[in-house]
Amino acid sequence: MKQLSQRLLGPVTLALLGLTFWLGLWVTPPDKVQGNLARLVYVHPAVAWVALYVSFGTATIASVLYLWPRTRSIVMDRVAHCAMEVSVVFILLTLITGSIWGRPTWGVWWAWDARLTSTAILGVFALAYLALRRANDDPELRARRSAVFAILAAINVPIIHFSVQWWKTLHQGATVFTSNRTLLIHGLMAWTLLISFLAFTLLFFWLLRARYRLEVVRGERYETSVAEALLERRREGVR
Amino acid sequence: MTSSPSTVVTLHDAVVLMGGFPLLSGVNLDLEAGSLSVVTGANGAGKTSLLRLIGGLVALTSGTGRVSDIDLKTGDLRELRRRVGWLGHEGSFYDDLSVKENLVFCAKALARPTNEIPGVLDRVGLTSRASMPAKLLSAGQRRRLGLAWILLRRPALWLLDEPYASLDDEGRTFFDQLIGDVVTSGATVLVSAHDPLRSSALHPRTLTLAGGLVVGDRS
Amino acid sequence: MIRTALLVAAKDLRIERRSRVLLWQVVPFGVMGLVLSGLALGPTHAGHSSAGPGLFYLVMVLVALLMINRSRAVEGSTGTRTSVATLGLDPAGVFLGKALALAVELWITGAVLLAGAVLVLHTALVGTLQAVPSVVVILAALAASGTLYGALSGGGEGPATLLPVLSLPAFAPLLIAGERSFSAALRGGALWQWWVISIVALAAYLALGILLYGVLEDS
Repeated sequence: MKQLSQRLLGPVTLALLGLTFWLGLWVTPPDKVQGNLARLVYVHPAVAWVALYVSFGTATIASVLYLWPRTRSIVMDRVAHCAMEVSVVFILLTLITGSIWGRPTWGVWWAWDARLTSTAILGVFALAYLALRRANDDPELRARRSAVFAILAAINVPIIHFSVQWWKTLHQGATVFTSNRTLLIHGLMAWTLLISFLAFTLLFFWLLRARYRLEVVRGERYETSVAEALLERRREGVR
Repeated sequence: MTSSPSTVVTLHDAVVLMGGFPLLSGVNLDLEAGSLSVVTGANGAGKTSLLRLIGGLVALTSGTGRVSDIDLKTGDLRELRRRVGWLGHEGSFYDDLSVKENLVFCAKALARPTNEIPGVLDRVGLTSRASMPAKLLSAGQRRRLGLAWILLRRPALWLLDEPYASLDDEGRTFFDQLIGDVVTSGATVLVSAHDPLRSSALHPRTLTLAGGLVVGDRS
Repeated sequence: MIRTALLVAAKDLRIERRSRVLLWQVVPFGVMGLVLSGLALGPTHAGHSSAGPGLFYLVMVLVALLMINRSRAVEGSTGTRTSVATLGLDPAGVFLGKALALAVELWITGAVLLAGAVLVLHTALVGTLQAVPSVVVILAALAASGTLYGALSGGGEGPATLLPVLSLPAFAPLLIAGERSFSAALRGGALWQWWVISIVALAAYLALGILLYGVLEDS
C-alpha cells in the first residue's frame, strides 16, 4: 500500500498540476476587476500556503521530533533538512509570483507590504538554516544546531507576521474567506483554487521525497567513507 | 570484556568520529580506581581524543563505554564532566581575570567555600601570583593554575593532557610529586605524554596509542 | 539557575570592566555608526529627527552583533570552555547570565547612543527620554536572542560571518518594534502593539534559551 502510494504520488501530482493550469488558464473566467491577471490566484496563494505552512511546518515538526529523545533519529534530521530546502524554493516562487502580481496592481515590483516582507524574512531564515548546516561537519552537531534553529525560526513566524502587518500593509485582504467565513470565490473558480492547493501540496511532498532519497544516498556514501577511513586509521596502528 | 567493581573506566571497541574522521578507531581499555596510567604515542595517535572521550567531552560514535558508572552513549554526560578534572595543553581559564578571581569563580560554581583557595594556591606555588592576570602567567604557571582549578574540585578522575609540555625541570618534578600525592589519596589519574613520566618511582601503567587504537599496554 | 546566572553575569561584566573593549571599541563604533548613517542620508536629511529612531536601532543591531561575538569570545579557547564544562554549570543559568551581561552592555551603549541621537540626529530630548522604557525592553530582547544565536553560530569557533546570517532575520521584528515605539514616543504617544511584540519576543527568547541552551552547549 505504501509502495503503491509512493509510486502514484508523482503521476497524481502532475495530473493535478495539469488540471490546475488547464482550468486556471483556459476554463475559468477572468476576474471582473483584475481581468486575466487574477488567474495568478490559482498559483500564488497555494505556493505561499506550501512555503509558509506546509514546508516550514514540516521542517519545524521534524526538528522538534529530532530534539525529543524518544523520537530522535537521523530520519527526522533528514526530513527537516529536505523540507527546509524545498521551503526555499517555494518561498522564492511566492515572492516571484507575488511580484508579478504586484507590478501591474501596485505599480512596483516590490512594495514594503506586510506579507511580502515577512515572506522575504522567512526566506532568509530558511537560507540561514542551510548556511548553518554547511558550517558544521559533524553530523550530530549539525543536526542539533539545525533543529534548534528551525524551532527558533518557527517561533519567529507569528512575531514577524504581526510586527510587519502592524507596520504597514498594502496586500489585498482575504482571498477566499471573509473574517466571518463567508466564501468570496464561487463555482468553478473555487474548485480550481482548491485543486491548486492540493496540487501544490502534493508537489511539495513529491519534491520532499525526491530530495530525501538523495539525502539517503549521501548518507550511505558518508557511511562508506567512514568505514574506509576507519580501516585506514586502524592500519596506521598496525604499521 | 568484564570489569571489576573497582573499574572506573571501561571502553570496548570505542570509536569517536569528528567530521567523518576516526579520532579513535576501536579502543579497548579498562582503568582501575586509584591507578596511574600514561598514554603515549605520536602526534595524531588519538591521545587527547581518548582523554576527551573519557571526560565526556566528545561523543562516543560506536562501541561501548562506561566511566564512573555513567554510560557514554546514554548517560548524563554533564554529570560525568562534573566528576572529572581536566588539564589541557591550551589555556584553561579566563585570561582577563586574576589567578585568584579564576579560582573564586571555580569555587562559587561548585558552591565550595572560597577560604580553601589560599591553601590551594600555596600547594601549587602561586600565592605570590594571586593578583596577577592569568594572561601574564608563564606556560608553567598556567599549568599550575590549571592544577589549582582541579585541586579545588577534588574529582575522583584526573585527565591531564600533556602536562609536561613547556615545563622546566623544576616544573616537571613538581608535577611528578603532585601526581604521586593525588594517586596516593585514591584518585585515578590518566596522563597523556610524549615522554614517559620523569619519576620511575611512580610505576605508571603505560598505554601506547597509534592510529586511534591501544597498541601497547605495559605495567 | 539564578545563582549560576548571577555568577556568570558577574564574571562577564568583570572581564568587560578589565578589558574595556566596550569603552574603547564598541561605543566608538556605535557613535561612528550614527555619524555614518547621518552622512548616508545626505546633507538635506542628515539632521531629520524622523530618521533618528530607525537609525538608532539599526546601529544598535550592528553593535549587538559585535557584542554577541565578544560574549562568545570571552569564553576563550577550547581549553577554557573544556575547563568550564567540567564545572557542570546549569546551562539555563549560563544562558541567563550571559544574556544579562550582554543586556547590561547594550543598555550602556544604548544610553550613549541615545544621547548621540539627540545631539547628532536631532531627536527631541523629552521624547527620547520617554522612549527609554521601550529601549530597555528591546535591547534586553536583542541580548536574549543574540545569546542564543551566538551559541548556535559556534561563537569563537565558528565563522564570524555565520552569526549575522542567523540572527538578523530574528532581529528584524525587534528593529521594527523599536523604531515604531521610539517614533511614537517622539510624537507623544505609545502604541500597545509594539509593547506586545517586544515583551512577547523577550519572553519567548528567555523561555527558549532556558529550554534549549543546554542542547547547544552539549554540542
